[in-house]
Amino acid sequence: MLSRTADHVYWMSRYIERAESLARLVDAHYRMSLLPQSGETLEKTLAATLKALSMEDAYRERHVRVEPRRVLEFVSLDREHPGSIMSCLRSARENARAVRGTLTSELWETLNSTWLDARLHGAQGSRVDIGVFVEWVKERSHLTRGVTVGTMLRDEAFHFSRIGTFLERADNTARILAAHQSDLKPGADAAGVPDPYAWSVLLRALSAFEVYRRVYRDVITPHRVAQMLILREDMPRSLLRCCKELYQNLRSVRNDQSQETERRAGEMHAVLHFTRMEAIIAEGLPRFVQQFLDRLRDLGERIASDFLVPPVEA
Amino acid sequence: MYLAEGAARAHYQQYFEWLQAQPSDRLVHKRAEADALFHRVGITFAVYGQEEGTERLIPFDIVPRVLPREEWIRLESGLKQRVRALNAFIHDIYHEQQILKAGLIPAEQVLCNSQYRPEMQDVDVPGGIYAHVAGIDIVRNGEGDFCVLEDNLRVPSGVSYMLENRKMMMRLFPELFSTHRIAPVDDYPDLLLQNLRSVAPVGVADPTVVLLTAGANNSAYFEHAFLAQQMGIELVEGQDLFVREEAIYMRTTQGPQRVDVIYRRIDDDFLDPLVFRPDSMLGVPGLLTAYRAGHVTIANAIGTGVADDKSIYPYVPEMIRFYLGQSPMIGNVPTWMLRKPDDLAYVLAHLAELVVKEVHGAGGYGMLIGPAASSGELEAFRARILKEPERYIAQPTLALSTCPTFGSPGIAPRHIDLRPFVLSGREITLVPGGLTRVALREGSLVVNSSQGGGTKDTWVLEDIC
Repeated sequence: MLSRTADHVYWMSRYIERAESLARLVDAHYRMSLLPQSGETLEKTLAATLKALSMEDAYRERHVRVEPRRVLEFVSLDREHPGSIMSCLRSARENARAVRGTLTSELWETLNSTWLDARLHGAQGSRVDIGVFVEWVKERSHLTRGVTVGTMLRDEAFHFSRIGTFLERADNTARILAAHQSDLKPGADAAGVPDPYAWSVLLRALSAFEVYRRVYRDVITPHRVAQMLILREDMPRSLLRCCKELYQNLRSVRNDQSQETERRAGEMHAVLHFTRMEAIIAEGLPRFVQQFLDRLRDLGERIASDFLVPPVEA
Repeated sequence: MYLAEGAARAHYQQYFEWLQAQPSDRLVHKRAEADALFHRVGITFAVYGQEEGTERLIPFDIVPRVLPREEWIRLESGLKQRVRALNAFIHDIYHEQQILKAGLIPAEQVLCNSQYRPEMQDVDVPGGIYAHVAGIDIVRNGEGDFCVLEDNLRVPSGVSYMLENRKMMMRLFPELFSTHRIAPVDDYPDLLLQNLRSVAPVGVADPTVVLLTAGANNSAYFEHAFLAQQMGIELVEGQDLFVREEAIYMRTTQGPQRVDVIYRRIDDDFLDPLVFRPDSMLGVPGLLTAYRAGHVTIANAIGTGVADDKSIYPYVPEMIRFYLGQSPMIGNVPTWMLRKPDDLAYVLAHLAELVVKEVHGAGGYGMLIGPAASSGELEAFRARILKEPERYIAQPTLALSTCPTFGSPGIAPRHIDLRPFVLSGREITLVPGGLTRVALREGSLVVNSSQGGGTKDTWVLEDIC
C-alpha cells in the first residue's frame, strides 16, 4: 500500500485511541471531583497528570491555577489545544478522510459521524456535561474499534491501524504510571491505608478497577497494581500486552528495511515477558517507565522511516 | 415533465401518479433524511478557506429527471459521434493539423490558444485517444431537441453524484424502482477501469492504474476517493509518485511500485513543475518526460483543453463532417462569436436577451445573463465586451429546459441540464443517463454547484411497465 495511506491509517488509529485514553482519564478525575472530601488529592493528581501528558505548559498558557473543572474542560474540549479529546477526534477524522477509500465505508462513516456529533457537544460550551461527554467518547471509540475489527480486511491497512493503536496505548499506560509513581512506590501504603482516591483514579483510568478485584480478590497494593499494569499479558492495556501486539503486527508488514525495527520491538516484548516485578522495583519504577517511553518513541520514529515516510529515493 | 397544456408527458405519467398520492410531509421527511445521510457518508465538497471538517453538501433534489429510452438511444449515438470527432481533432492538432490546412478553423484560434500545449506536438498516445473521459453538457432548445451546451474534456467531474444520487433514491423510495424499469448506472466504475486499462502503454499486460488527486482539500476530493475505492486502485497525490529512468513509481510500504496509467484529476498546469507551473506542489517532477517516452499513460491526455474551449466549440459540427464524413446527430446551441463583426453587432443590439460567456471561463463565473441583469450590469458588461470582443461568445437563454423540483414552496419548475459521461478507450462506452444539474433559485439559469446549483437522479426508462 501507499506509504502515505499507511501513515494516515496509523495516525487515525493513534488519535482515536488517544481520545479514548484521555476520556477515561478525565472520567476518573471527574468522578473524584464529585466527592466533597477529595479536594487536595484531586488537584495533586491533576497536576501530575497534566505533567505526564506533556500538557502542563499549554495549560499554564491559558490558565493560572490548576482548577479541576478548568483542567477537565481543557483536556476534553479545548479546540485550540491540539492534544484535547476534541482535537484528537478531529485529527482522527481528517486522517480517515484522507484515505476514506482504503477504509470500509462503515469505518469512515463511524469516524465522520463521531466528529459531526462531537461538534454538537462542543457547541454547548461551558454548559456541557463532562461526564456525559467522556462517556460518549468512550462509546464511540469502542464502536470504532468494533467496526475496524469487524469489517476490515486483514491486510496491511489493518496491521498499520493496529500498530497505531497499540503504540498509542502503550504510551498512555506508561504515562499514567508515570503520573502515579509516588503512589506506586514500594511501601507507599506502609504509613497506613493508601489514598483510596488516587488508587481509584489510576485503576479507572486504565479500565482496571474491576479487573483488579477479579484477578486478586484482595486489598489493593502498589506491587500488585504495578504488576498488573506492566506484566500481565491478559490485561488489555498492560505494557506487555501492547508490546506483544505491536511486535506481531510489525512482523505482518515487514519489508526489506524493517529488520532492526522488528528486532527492537521483539526485544521490548521479550524483556517484559521474562522480567519479574522485583527486578523492576530494584531498578526503580520511575527509571523503568522513562526508559520504556524512550524506547517506544524510538520505535515510533523507526516505523515512520521504514514504512510511513520513507526517505526520498532518486 | 409536463406538456404545455399541463398534462404529464407519457414517460412521467406513472411517476406523476405516485407523486400525487404522496402526503407532502412525507417528502419533507425524505428530503431531511437524504441530507442527514449525505452528511454522514461525507458526500460533500470542500469549501476553500473554511475550517477543516466543514464541507458543504451539494443540494440533492428528490424529484428525478426521466428520459424515455428512444430519446436516450438517439442521444447516446450522437454523443459517441461527437466524442469520436473531438478525439480525432485533438490527434490531428498535435500531428498534421489537416483541419487547419483545410482552412476550416483559423489556425491562430488553435495555436495561440493558451490550452494548446506545444509539448504534445508529435507525441503519440495509446490508441490515439486523448479525452478518455468526457462530460458533455446537454440542454434542450425551444423545439425540445437536445443540443450540446459545452464539452468538458479536461477533468470533468460529477459522476460520483450520478452514482450516489441513484443509491439515495433507491434507499428513500424503493417502491419506485419496482414500478419503473430504470436502466442501472452502477457499473460505471467497472467501465472506467476497463477503459483506463485498455489504454495502458504498449506491452504492459497487467497495468497498474492510479488516480491522481490534489488531496483532501480539493473541492472534488470526495469524488476522487470514491472512484479510487470503487475501482480498487490507489488514490495518489503528487508526493506519492516519483520518476526513475523515465518511468513512474509510487512509494509504498513495500518499496517502489511501477505505475502504468494515471487517471489524473488535476489540471495540466499542475502536472509537472519542470514543464508547467514551477510553483506547483501537486504534480510530479519529470512526469512529462516519462509520458513523452511512452512509459506511462495520462488520462485525460495533456492538451485536451484545446478542444473544449468555448472559442473552439462552435466548430465541433464542422469537425464531425471533416473527420467522420457524417452530419452531426446533436447540434450546438446557436452561438455568436464576438470576434466576428456581424455577430458582435447583433449581440450588442440584443444584450438583454442573451447569455454572454468568457471563452476561457468555467464554473459559471464571468458570465452575463441578459434577462437577469440590471441596466447598470448590462452597460458594464458592454464596455468589457467592446474592449476585448474576442474573449466572449453569446448564446440564447432558451438553452435550459425545466423540470419539477422540490423546494420550499413545494414542487416548482427549475432549469436543468444533463451531463452524460462518455468513456473512450478501445471502444466508446457510456452508462445510461448522466448527472442532471438543476438551478435551485427560481428563474436562475446557472446550474454549477459553486453557484447554488443542485443535482437530481436521472432515469432512463427501459420501457413503461
